[in-house]
Amino acid sequence: DDKLLTEPLRHPDFFNVKELFTLKDLFDARVHLGHKKGCRHRFMEPYIFGCRLDQDIIDLDQTMQHLQLALNFTAHVAYRGGIILFVSRKRQFCHLVESTARACGEYAHTRYWQGGLLTNAHIQFGPGVRLPDLLVFLSTLNNVFEPHVAIRDAAKMNIPTVGVVDTNCNPCLISYPIPGNDDSPAAVELYCKLFRMTIVRAKDKRRHSEAAEELR
Amino acid sequence: TLRLICTTTPVQRKNAGASGPEKYTDAFIKKQIEEFNLGKRHLANMMGEDPETFTQEDIDRAIAYLFPSGLFDEQARPLMKHPNEVFPEQRKIQWGEDGRPFHFLFYTGKQSYYSLMHETYEKLLNVQKHQDQLIAQDLPLQKEKRNLAGSRWLTKIELEEMLVEKVSDDDYSRFIQLLQKLVALPCADIEEKYIQKFSKEVPVQLQKVVIEPLQYDERGVAFSTGEGKRKTASATAVVYDNGTGKITVNGTDILHYFPVLQDREQLLFPFQFLGRIGKHDTVCTVSGGGRSAQAGAIRLATAKALRSFVTEKEVEFMRQAGLLTVDPRVKERKKPGQEGPRRKFTWKKR
Repeated sequence: DDKLLTEPLRHPDFFNVKELFTLKDLFDARVHLGHKKGCRHRFMEPYIFGCRLDQDIIDLDQTMQHLQLALNFTAHVAYRGGIILFVSRKRQFCHLVESTARACGEYAHTRYWQGGLLTNAHIQFGPGVRLPDLLVFLSTLNNVFEPHVAIRDAAKMNIPTVGVVDTNCNPCLISYPIPGNDDSPAAVELYCKLFRMTIVRAKDKRRHSEAAEELR
Repeated sequence: TLRLICTTTPVQRKNAGASGPEKYTDAFIKKQIEEFNLGKRHLANMMGEDPETFTQEDIDRAIAYLFPSGLFDEQARPLMKHPNEVFPEQRKIQWGEDGRPFHFLFYTGKQSYYSLMHETYEKLLNVQKHQDQLIAQDLPLQKEKRNLAGSRWLTKIELEEMLVEKVSDDDYSRFIQLLQKLVALPCADIEEKYIQKFSKEVPVQLQKVVIEPLQYDERGVAFSTGEGKRKTASATAVVYDNGTGKITVNGTDILHYFPVLQDREQLLFPFQFLGRIGKHDTVCTVSGGGRSAQAGAIRLATAKALRSFVTEKEVEFMRQAGLLTVDPRVKERKKPGQEGPRRKFTWKKR
């Protein structure tokens, strides 16, 4: 059992997440498109490749690195049986995100975020609740273009976060930011597909390893 | 004292009042059901009755006999009911042994309501996809109109009962709007079964009114009876076919009973409306009220009796003319501090 948990941590890319996506895939899904120059957030400047006709273009090389780190982390969390909560406040993709979460066997929250969900969980749900071990943001902003409350709450409750940050978002409190477009349907579908594949892969690997251990 | 707040592995604080209502596990409920069944058999044994056919009423009677209580509050008396009724459905714990919740929308707080919205939106997308396929194949979209008049949506309370959790007014209105959007699409017939779960039949009021068939007396003449009320007067009228237009009230002719032209006009109005003035004979009895009230009561009674002689379309015309409506106006009571129902006392400046 101990070996099951320590073995994946020795390899930098145990679940081989690099093969799931290429730079061309990201470009075709329009991940590199950001918002206009006026909407740019100051802390996103390191991730921006350049600006064409007032529209920011995100550096896809950096995105590749960040995406690889984030997917690797989610795979490890899923391997260890952690609870993953998908959060997005974009109304267009609410159904897509919920279906993705259901397909993985994980959880989703694409509705109005009640204040004490994470910080006041014992009173809202009951004693003995298990909080999510990872929050995945498909869009860090809420419907009024402000940072989602869950980022701050997760930081308060020591829960790691993975989030897709667009050029108008604040990447500060997110542990594994992924600079990329969060508004195009193609981009969001690509992210959902990637997360789903990593989580399913990690869970399958866990089941195979446990079966192998039992056979011994 | 220090309070641990920022830990992921929760440390239970021994503050009984802070947490919400107690939650029950599945295993706990199962054990309670076993104990209840065993207790039921013991009780039947004690009362000398057959344990197999011991119903809930027998249990209540047995408990009332064995534990007589003089307490006034019904809920404070000793109780023995099936655990599913004692432990409310909502308070079951929603996560398994390893802590992972069962429902994928558990962390939203309102899992049943949001999963319902998710399902309904999925049906909507399905219908839109089907519509697009039909348009791509150039097939005509179905235009069968749903019967909107005979059905209503579930009320908020019925929805709360269905979902076993509280639904706020905004949430309910949003759900109804989504359902209406789904129904408005032309190809919504595919999801008819799903929509029927949330709509209820409302029986149209008119269909409840049964028009009695004609009766025949010894001479072979068709007749029909009707009853009418107006203010304090109540009347019964019997309308005979093949008549001369004679009307008898309480044994006397209308010319003698109603000297005033206005009252006689009221009596003749139903016949005049249908164009059957000289064709029917009427015999009425009336009591109570005054002159005008009795006239109105007889008018209503004759109109009701005439429904049996006449086609459904003409009945609808009569109803729209106001011949079949009971006049609800009665004398308004006098109020204290005023001279009459509306008239106030004369206002004196000094």
